[in-house]
Amino acid sequence: MTLLESPIVSALPEPFARWFAKRGWSPRAHQLELLEKARADKSVLLIAPTGAGKTLAGFLPSLVELTELRTRRGSKKLVSTGSAIRREGGLHTLYISPLKALAVDIARNLETPVAEMGLPIRIETRTGDTPASKRQRQRRDPPDILLTTPEQLALILATPDGPYMFGSLRRIVLDELHSLVTSKRGDLLSLGLARLHRLAPGITSVGLSATVATPDDLRRYLVPQPPGSGALADLVIAEAGAPPDVTMLDTAARLPWAGHSAMHALDEMYALVGRHKTTLIFVNTRSQAENIFQQLWRINEDSLPIALHHGSLDVAQRRKVEQAMSDGRLKAVVCTSSLDLGVDWGDVDLVINVGAPKGASRLLQRIGRANHRMDEPSKGILIPANRFEVLECTAALGAVRENAQDTPPLRTGALDVLAQHILGCACGAPFHSDDLYEEVRAAAPYADLTRSDFDAAVDFVATGGYALKAYERFAKIRQDKEGRWRIAHPMVAQRYRMNVGTIVEADMIKVRLVRSRASKAVARGGRILGEVEEYFIEMLTPGDTFVFAGEVLRYEALVENEVYVSRATAEDPKVPSYEGGKFPLSTYLADRVRGIIADPSARRGLPDQVREWLEIQEWRSMLPGPRQLLVETFPRADKYYLLCYPFEGRLAHQTLGMLLTRRLERARLRPLGFVANEYALAVWGLGDVALRLERGDLTLDALFDQDMLGDDLEAWLAESALMKRTFRTCAIIAGLIERRFPGQEKSRREVTISTDLVYDVLRKHQPDHLLLRAARADAATGLLDIKRLGEMLSRIKGRIVHKALDHVSPLAVPVMLEIGRESVYGEAADSILAEAADDLIKEAMR
Amino acid sequence: MNFFERLPGAFSPPSKPEERGDVGVAALGTHHTITVASVTLVADCGGALYWPDEGLLVVADLHFEKGSAYARRGVLLPPYDTAATLARLAGLIAHYAPRAVLALGDSFHDVGGPARLLPGDRATLATLQRGRDWIWVAGNHDPDPAANIGGGFAATLGIGALTFRHEPTRGAEPGEISGHLHPVARVSRRGRTVSRRCFASDGRRMVVPAFGSYAGGLNIRDRAFAELFDDLGFIAHMLGEERLYAIPAHRCLGD
Repeated sequence: MTLLESPIVSALPEPFARWFAKRGWSPRAHQLELLEKARADKSVLLIAPTGAGKTLAGFLPSLVELTELRTRRGSKKLVSTGSAIRREGGLHTLYISPLKALAVDIARNLETPVAEMGLPIRIETRTGDTPASKRQRQRRDPPDILLTTPEQLALILATPDGPYMFGSLRRIVLDELHSLVTSKRGDLLSLGLARLHRLAPGITSVGLSATVATPDDLRRYLVPQPPGSGALADLVIAEAGAPPDVTMLDTAARLPWAGHSAMHALDEMYALVGRHKTTLIFVNTRSQAENIFQQLWRINEDSLPIALHHGSLDVAQRRKVEQAMSDGRLKAVVCTSSLDLGVDWGDVDLVINVGAPKGASRLLQRIGRANHRMDEPSKGILIPANRFEVLECTAALGAVRENAQDTPPLRTGALDVLAQHILGCACGAPFHSDDLYEEVRAAAPYADLTRSDFDAAVDFVATGGYALKAYERFAKIRQDKEGRWRIAHPMVAQRYRMNVGTIVEADMIKVRLVRSRASKAVARGGRILGEVEEYFIEMLTPGDTFVFAGEVLRYEALVENEVYVSRATAEDPKVPSYEGGKFPLSTYLADRVRGIIADPSARRGLPDQVREWLEIQEWRSMLPGPRQLLVETFPRADKYYLLCYPFEGRLAHQTLGMLLTRRLERARLRPLGFVANEYALAVWGLGDVALRLERGDLTLDALFDQDMLGDDLEAWLAESALMKRTFRTCAIIAGLIERRFPGQEKSRREVTISTDLVYDVLRKHQPDHLLLRAARADAATGLLDIKRLGEMLSRIKGRIVHKALDHVSPLAVPVMLEIGRESVYGEAADSILAEAADDLIKEAMR
Repeated sequence: MNFFERLPGAFSPPSKPEERGDVGVAALGTHHTITVASVTLVADCGGALYWPDEGLLVVADLHFEKGSAYARRGVLLPPYDTAATLARLAGLIAHYAPRAVLALGDSFHDVGGPARLLPGDRATLATLQRGRDWIWVAGNHDPDPAANIGGGFAATLGIGALTFRHEPTRGAEPGEISGHLHPVARVSRRGRTVSRRCFASDGRRMVVPAFGSYAGGLNIRDRAFAELFDDLGFIAHMLGEERLYAIPAHRCLGD
């Protein structure tokens, strides 16, 4: 039996069957299943590992259907739509990708089979880079398949063309859905989908996703939610490939107590690169990437082609690295999550993950980047950078063995995103509140949205949502005689379109390489190396050195919106302190780590050095049970330390540190500061906590009581810089503050008002304002991780164990070593000022 | 802990006067005095300047109705800025009970500002003006006298050894007190940076911080300050929660 006669292939129309046969391929079961679902008009979620032909599975039904339609009807005729003339047919399939580069690559990959089969199908992309003329043409004469991003969809929907462009739509394909839904972009996209379902009733959607913990969340996301019940898309799970081959590096070197550099394993890492064809070296932060890249080149005696890839490098530079990879010219790429998504470049046969894996699902997806043949296992090696990370890696290996997933649950739709969408709708066409409310609730993240919250969002869009009705005459949208909301001026739509989207980057400054200045005059016109966060540069003074774009650079000057740097030869550069591990340790892995520590039999599997470390801890202090919180106190150099080990990630620990120091302050224990890492928190001060606990006028249960999330939290939020940053993001997304203005591009400093000032005023005068509520909701899971802290406090209630020690315990060493390395929190801003002023006095007294 | 609380009574840093010019820094409880052209002034950590001998309270750059000025252009900032600014001003007036209040220019964010004052805010302003002199010094945002806001108007004002004007002038006579620049200073210690509004003074002249709730700031390391003062030979008196902190400009960070 030839392939063509096989029952599987005969399920395909002739040109497709022949195409598969000619290549000696046969369609995979899940690809055919998706075809069947499409024929039955079913929406479906496809869960498949990388390399399973996910993209083709997603597009095959569209290609087949389009071929049948277009062949049957012949060429497209012009038809009247009442208000305009358009071609018959119109847009059939809309594909949305989280990355515009991915959309472009997928279009290219799709064009190959379409050309080879000679299908009468037009495929186009639309991204921020698409020229205006092409966009206009696409509006008049849409392609059959359009590949784009969530932001572009929002843009089209905010024009009067939306109904025309999408009226003929049959299918939506959402790529990398697991990644899209975890952010506000996912909220915005869900609202866009709800709109599409309204414009083109009967469309079906296909979600393509990696394995997730709760597929039902994504299944709900894909289909309109009727009030009160959860509708689900169908589910297809592709056959899993060979289980991955993941190990932890069995290092001969001494494991560091702290730090994230993994320098102890550098030689072993280099040897691994030498032995494999192409190695991806994933790290957690850009500064780690810079450092490891730098160090690998230092020992690169064989001059292996090793490259660097991370999000703040110049785009052209990144594209060059990607191209070199797909040409097979690179031996290794040191990268961050910048390569987590995207098409498959080159023949990667090894993935190394340096440092903590943070989450089981994330690790599995990264390792899936190695070896894209389904029948062979992907090979991954974990390199923990310190002892605690050994525990985390061990926990992750256990999770990989069980194929356990820890992707986050579906978000509750954010109110700032809703506000943006409401204005976008008004820019498209006037709307009735009742209709839009109903439509919005069809989006799974907004299924539980109350009418009063919806109305508050409309009110915010119209006049700012202030209790003091001062801005009626400046309204952005107004109700007409029929009660429909419409934009007050065309300018509103123009400004909306310039500010659409939910990605609010930290303020970045371009880094330009100049010649070192001998004189005062700074040479202009050097090469742009990339961008760094503004706050990082704020910490530098001219002459400081740091590693960026693989080079040691010297900070020369800040000139307008660029930072000028020159090449430096410093031996010990000050490395950029980019935000530490961007993803906090997942709750799931944290649980497993606590389990390993608590269980003697699990500890037996650990490397000798780590096991001994824990044994000494057990002897000197203790190892807490899985649900306990260990608190240690000890004196050291005139100060008293309090250490605790919640294992809840740095963000939650920082918040805990802020709140604990407030309480210790009130208890007159005179706290001086604290430092947090992913596993532990250390607080120190002048008061002896152990003595007060012994005397009984302070209890740990009271110190760690959940009520710290009440008034203490409120008081801290009033001044927290993290909260202000969160508020700024909400204000921008909701459209209160605009990032871009019509006319000349002005710098942010010149035009915008400080959102910190707005935060202060609004907090005092209208604490329940929509934007403050949106910021609080973000703070619960974002930079402050309050939700997780709350869960921890409730878990450990009545389970706090205290050890009063004479000196530092083995478990405490890693976080104690971070003192001085990490910035110390806890001092009120005024004590910083006092210290700076005291310097003056000391100088004066000398 | 407040450094000055540790010392009984007043404290003057025993610096060598000839090196520090005639910069005088002293603190009495929460009062922080700064001497300009031999006149002793009290700088309040609320951002206002008080001249005890004259009973004069000075505030600069109130920028009333900045929120509504933005709203006119479609940026719907919370309309509470004027009320917030007035509330803080009311607190200071209650504390010092000044004979006169001097608003050092840019009291309104734009020419249309006075007309947009909400009735409640207008009433609060009138209450504050009752029983004392009130002078609006002209600013670049509000160059002309306006109706319905009470008080008197002046382009500049000289009182004794001091001259009050909105925009500082290069090479001005000693004793100039001005606003306009919205001075802000930044310091950094152990990885944390704090940025605050400040009084900038070299003992000969002074730039008063902006008082308005929505008024932004200009870093004192900006060239504008170097041109006024002799390079970095001035002190930033940064506003703390309960007191001021005097930091030499050369120790402050740029943006």
